[in-house]
Amino acid sequence: MSLTLEQVRRVAHLARIEVSDAQAETTLGHLNGILTLIEEMQAVDTRGVEPMAHAQDLSQRLRSDVVTEGNRREAFQAIAPETEAGLYLVPKVIE
Amino acid sequence: MISKSLKALGQALGTGEISSVELTRLYLDRIERLNPQLNAFITVDAEKSLAQASAADTQRATGTAGPLTGIPLAQKDIFCTKGWLTTCGSKMLDNFVSPYDAKVIENFNAAGAVILGKTNLDEFAMGSSNENSYFGPVHNPWDLERVPGGSSGGSAAAVAARLAPAATGTDTGGSIRQPSALCGLTGLKPTYGIVSRYGMIAYASSLDQGGPMAHSAEDCALLLNTMAGFDERDSTSLDRPKEDYRRELQVDADAKPLAGLKIGLPKEFYGEGCAPEVMQRVEAAIAQYRLLGAETVDISLPNMKLSLASYYVIAPAEASSNLSRFDGVRYGYRAADYSDLNDLYTRSRTQGFGEEVKRRILIGTYVLSHGYYDAYYLQAQRVRRLIANDFVAAFKQCDVIMGPTSPSTAFKIGEKTDDPVQMYLSDIYTLAVNLAGLPGMSIPCGFAEQLPVGLQLIGNYFAEARLLNIAHRYQQVTDWHLQHPTGID
Repeated sequence: MSLTLEQVRRVAHLARIEVSDAQAETTLGHLNGILTLIEEMQAVDTRGVEPMAHAQDLSQRLRSDVVTEGNRREAFQAIAPETEAGLYLVPKVIE
Repeated sequence: MISKSLKALGQALGTGEISSVELTRLYLDRIERLNPQLNAFITVDAEKSLAQASAADTQRATGTAGPLTGIPLAQKDIFCTKGWLTTCGSKMLDNFVSPYDAKVIENFNAAGAVILGKTNLDEFAMGSSNENSYFGPVHNPWDLERVPGGSSGGSAAAVAARLAPAATGTDTGGSIRQPSALCGLTGLKPTYGIVSRYGMIAYASSLDQGGPMAHSAEDCALLLNTMAGFDERDSTSLDRPKEDYRRELQVDADAKPLAGLKIGLPKEFYGEGCAPEVMQRVEAAIAQYRLLGAETVDISLPNMKLSLASYYVIAPAEASSNLSRFDGVRYGYRAADYSDLNDLYTRSRTQGFGEEVKRRILIGTYVLSHGYYDAYYLQAQRVRRLIANDFVAAFKQCDVIMGPTSPSTAFKIGEKTDDPVQMYLSDIYTLAVNLAGLPGMSIPCGFAEQLPVGLQLIGNYFAEARLLNIAHRYQQVTDWHLQHPTGID
């Protein structure tokens, strides 16, 4: 199956990426090229095959519920676009 | 000095023939002189490098030097490096000075190695030619009109042109092995989980793995000794006993050091799709292995042809999730103008990411979206299992699998940029190894029209020491790995 322009716009919105009108056709062509490549896999009979999420069969390690990281707020906020009083600043969300 | 192996450099430092400061300066001078032609480094900071070198010389004077003390190494700019610009090849991070070190960097620092600079790469490691870098393409030192491969293209070009004695890379679908092949290097992608991913900027977390890129298997073994090891801060790091990856290299061997070794030749690697001049060199290398005592067995990996399809669902899906952290709020690029919070996110991401990264985010978002998850993502994971099972079956018949690393030698800059799918085909022989989580290597096995050709070696899980030994025995009787480009010096 191939994508429509409308679907590309919807996916782009979900991903918070803007696809301009000028780029839309090229993007659509590239994405459909990739989906055609992926299509090859659809016909494969995988009934009864366990999905493989990870190369090793591991279960998540547990650790003690104690603080292991020090407080490095200043170092981390020094590289932020905008902060004030230890908080990250963004445009007002609630009036 | 610049032709020496890491071991020989260590000896030269040990005898006082050269100091780490002198050695570091030697490489920094070469970078200054030759990097403008190659664009292999994004960041060089001579002051920081020389301070580390000076500290290494002081440490050596106390008699506590290890094998990497004072040795300068280039680091792929995907490893967070405290106090260094860490860009991942993206405009999104072109102002990001990392506040912490990746585990790999911590390990090299603890070993006394010197950071020579941060190498160029495809943006967020997405690419096979290094043309997707915000900082411009890297040029292959064997032919400056050609790509070095990707995504670890800067590391490959830097080591090939001897602007660094060795470098680190990361490999999600071939990003260590393919550039190693295209630049005439020896590169190793370890078993998934051997090298910590902590501080290694994530592309596709279930596939990403760091590894060494150098001139020889011996050098790679030395580097892997420092890179590998359990790290509790990486949830997929494997808690295994520490290994010496050089152990098999040091065993003296007779004229047939690989007697009894069974090399599997998958028919899927030897069919259509590979350039004849590449295949010729690969077959000559296999013949050399027979002289070393190895036997060959014909095998099949019937599902390998599905690796492109499976990879281009799984990797973009994981990437779309991993890259959602780049939102212009906590670090990295923020758009100059925006109307509200959503607009801030959208504009920062639209302006901060390059075309290929956006494509993969869009594909990933689509295959994970409501109604498509089972058909795409789960099906890709099931196919991934089939691909991995093929290898399990193959390793019942053989000890190592060999074939070409890449279907062609280095291609021209600009040759494949218009068609993403053509570019993806450059990795047809490497993707399956990442999907299965196996260790793989590329070693130089000759030239086709003056361009290097790589032989791929694939081992069973945790067979790094064995693989390195198999590569090493070949390098003892050939000198392809010692060739260096003459056009740049």
